[in-house]
Amino acid sequence: MKKILITEDSSATRSFLAATIEAMEGYEVVEATSGFEALRLLPREQVDLIITDINMPDINGLELISYVRNNPNYRAIPLFIISTESSEKDRERGLALGANEYLVKPFQPERLQELILAYLG
Amino acid sequence: MTDYHDPLSKAAKDFLAEAEEILDQLSGDILSLGDSVGKEECDPDTVNSIFRSAHSLKGLAGMFGFGEIAELSHHLESLLDYLRLGKIELSEYTLVVLFDAVEVLGSLVRSVSSEAGGQADLAPVLDRITACISGASVASAALSPADLGVSAKILQSLTEYEEHRLKENIARGKILCLIHASYSLDTFDRELGELIDLLKGSGEVISTLPSAEEGFENSIGFDILFGASQEPHELYSLLDQKGASYLRLGGSPAVQVVPAEEKLVPPKQEGSGETAVAEGDAVPLTARSMSHSMRVDISKLDDLMNIVGELILFHGTVASISEKMRGQGFSGLAVELGKTAKGMERKLNELQKRVMDVRMVPIGQLFEKMSRIVRKISREQDKLIELKLSGSDTELDKMIVEDIADPLMHIIRNSIDHGIETPGERRAAGKDERGAIRLSSYQKGSHVVIEVEDDGRGIDPDKIVRKALELGLIESDAGLSQKDVLDILFLPGFSTAAEVSDISGRGVGMDVVKNNIAAASGTVEIESRLGEGSRVIITLPITLAIIKALLVETSGRSYGIPITSVRETLSLEDVEICTVERKEVMQLRESTLPLLRLEKFFNCATCDELSENSYVVVVGEKNRRVGIMVNDLLGQQDIVIKSLGDTFKGVRGVAGAADLGNQRTILILDVSGIVSETTKGGA
Repeated sequence: MKKILITEDSSATRSFLAATIEAMEGYEVVEATSGFEALRLLPREQVDLIITDINMPDINGLELISYVRNNPNYRAIPLFIISTESSEKDRERGLALGANEYLVKPFQPERLQELILAYLG
Repeated sequence: MTDYHDPLSKAAKDFLAEAEEILDQLSGDILSLGDSVGKEECDPDTVNSIFRSAHSLKGLAGMFGFGEIAELSHHLESLLDYLRLGKIELSEYTLVVLFDAVEVLGSLVRSVSSEAGGQADLAPVLDRITACISGASVASAALSPADLGVSAKILQSLTEYEEHRLKENIARGKILCLIHASYSLDTFDRELGELIDLLKGSGEVISTLPSAEEGFENSIGFDILFGASQEPHELYSLLDQKGASYLRLGGSPAVQVVPAEEKLVPPKQEGSGETAVAEGDAVPLTARSMSHSMRVDISKLDDLMNIVGELILFHGTVASISEKMRGQGFSGLAVELGKTAKGMERKLNELQKRVMDVRMVPIGQLFEKMSRIVRKISREQDKLIELKLSGSDTELDKMIVEDIADPLMHIIRNSIDHGIETPGERRAAGKDERGAIRLSSYQKGSHVVIEVEDDGRGIDPDKIVRKALELGLIESDAGLSQKDVLDILFLPGFSTAAEVSDISGRGVGMDVVKNNIAAASGTVEIESRLGEGSRVIITLPITLAIIKALLVETSGRSYGIPITSVRETLSLEDVEICTVERKEVMQLRESTLPLLRLEKFFNCATCDELSENSYVVVVGEKNRRVGIMVNDLLGQQDIVIKSLGDTFKGVRGVAGAADLGNQRTILILDVSGIVSETTKGGA
C-alpha cells in the first residue's frame, strides 16, 4: 500500500480527493486539515506522496513545501499542489520551491489518478 | 461519477454543510469589516479571512459542479484579492457590494437544497463587483524586504498576499522582527498557537515558516515574521520567558542585521524537562481532525432531552419505592435505596443541565442576520441607519432562536419602515441624520430579554386610537392608558401601514408577531415616546424543553397549564358570575371575561358540579383573557412537554402531554388556542 498525505482545510475537497485516490487499487490516504496537522503527521506516517492546498489558515502550502524540501527525511517525497486559477503566482512559487506538479481546481479525478500513477505507479 | 446535483446525494449534503459554514463565516467577517469603512487601514486578518472564505467556496463549488456559485465566488475572490493586496480601498460601496454578493451566494446555495433549483440573474452583482475592481491602482514598489535582512528562504515561501503584507508593514514604518521558537513535534501546535496569540496582541504575524531542527529529531522550529506597531519592549521579555529568540530587522542602524540562522539560539529540546512529554513513537497514530466542534441534528438533542425526562420519572418511581419500603419495615434497605436515589437525582439534574447547555446557541447568529436585513432595507428606503448590537453572546435554546427569527425581523422592519425618519425629516427635527436601532439581549433570571429600540418618530397614540375606532376594534377611547393604546397594535386586523408608509404592507400584523412569540412561550411589549423613539421588548424562556406548569383537577381529570400563561387564580366564591347571550362570563375588576369549563371545551361525558371550594384560573394576555373553572388546584411542577404525535396534531386546545411520574400522564393546555377559540366571534 502506498500512502498519500492530503493537506487541505476544506473538508468537501478533502473527501473528493480521498474518494478519487481510494478508487484506485493499492493506495491509502492520510488526511490533514491544516498545515500544522501535516507537520505532525509527517514524522509518524511513512508518506509516499504529498498533495497540498496553498491557502490554509495556520501555515500556508508554500511554507509546507519549503519545510519538506529542506528536511532530509522528506526531501525526496513527490509533492503536488492543488490551486485555483487565480493563484498563478503562488503556484509558480510552489514549483520554484520544489513542488513536482500542480492541479487547478476544478479538475477531472482522472487527471489526479494519472499523475499519481506517473509518480508512484 | 456521483450526480452532485441530486438533492439527496451525499455529495450534495457534504457541499451544503460546508458551504453554509463558509457563508456564516463570510457574513460575520464582512459585518466586522463594516466597522473599518473609511479608516486608514482595515484589519488585514479579517480581509484575508473573507478572501479565504470566498476562495474556499469557489474551489468547493467548482469541484462539485455548481457553476453559478463558483462564478460568483470567483468574482468575489478577485475583489477581495484586490482589497487584501491593497490595490483598492474599502469604501461603503464596496462593502454594500460584498453584502449583496454574499446574499446572492446564500440564495444560490439554498437553491441547491431545494428541488426547485432556482435561477438567479448573476449579471447585476457581477457587474458591480467588476466596477469596484476597475478603479484599482497598481501597488507601488516598496522598499525591498531583502534590503531589510529578511532571508531568501523566508522570502521564497511567502504567498503573494504575505509578500504584500510584508511590504505594507515596511511602508507603514512598522518594526519588523524575526522570531524563532522551537518546540516538540508533539505539542508545537498548542504552544505555537499561544505564541502567535501573544504576538497578535501587539502587531501582525506576517508568516510562519517551519524548519527542521538538525540533530533534534523530535523538534520543529518556526521562523515567524512579525510587524509590530511600536517597539515591543514588553513583548521581548515575554518572548524570553517563552524561550523564543528574536531579531529586530532593518530600519534602525543600531541594530546589526545578521542572517537569522546564524544568530538564533540552538533549539530547546522540549519534553526533556521535569514534566516529561511522551516521545514521538509512544504517541498513538492519529488521523484526528483538529477541530473540536461538530454539527448535530437538533432532533437528536430532542431525543436526548426526552430520554433525560424519562430518566427523571424513573428516578421518581425509585424514590417512591424507597418510601413504600420504609413503610413496610425494610428500613435498612429503604435508607440505602433512598440514598442511592438522592445521588441519582443529583447526577440526573447535572445531566439535564448539560443536555440543555448543548442546545444553547449565542443569539449573535440571529443578530448578524438582522444586520444584513437592516442594511438592505435602509438602503432601499434611502435611510441612514446605524445598527448597534449588544449582548450577542447571550445564549438561548436553538429552537427558540429559530422560532423568533421571523417575528424579530418583522419588528426591525417596522422600526425602519415606520420608526426611523428620512435623513431630511431627522435634520428638520434637530436629530442626527443617521438613525440608530439598538438590538440588545440579556439574561434575566430564567428568561432572555431581547430589545429592539429605535430613535425614530415614536408611535402617535392619537393616530392609533383614530384607526382603531375606524376599524371598530374599540368602542371608545375613554379611560385608555398609554399602555392600553399601544396594546391595540397587537389586535388582529390592526395595521397602520397604509397611513404611515406605503412600503410595508406585507400582510403581517403585530398580532402575528405576538402569536409567533407566544408560540415560543414568550411575551412582547411596546414602549414609545412620540418624537423620541420606540422600544419593543421580547421576553423568552431560556429553554422550551422544561417548563413550570400549574396542575389543575376538574371532573376527575388533571391538566397542566404553562405557568407563563396564568395571570391569576381566584376562589370561585369571590367571583361574580353572570350570563351574557347564554354564555357565562365573570366580572374581574373593570373587565368582563368569558368563562369556560374544560369538560365542555373537550366534550367530556362527565362534568362535576362546582362548589364554593372550586377555583377560576385566569389565563391569556391583557385584552384576551379567559377564566377556566376547575374543581381544584394541585400545585406547580416542572414538566417535560411531549408531542402527541401526528395523529393528535390537530386537536384544539392541547399543546402536548407530560408524564408526572407514578405512571400518571396529563394533557398540557394550549392556552393561546383556547383563548382564541373562546373569544372568537364573542367578546
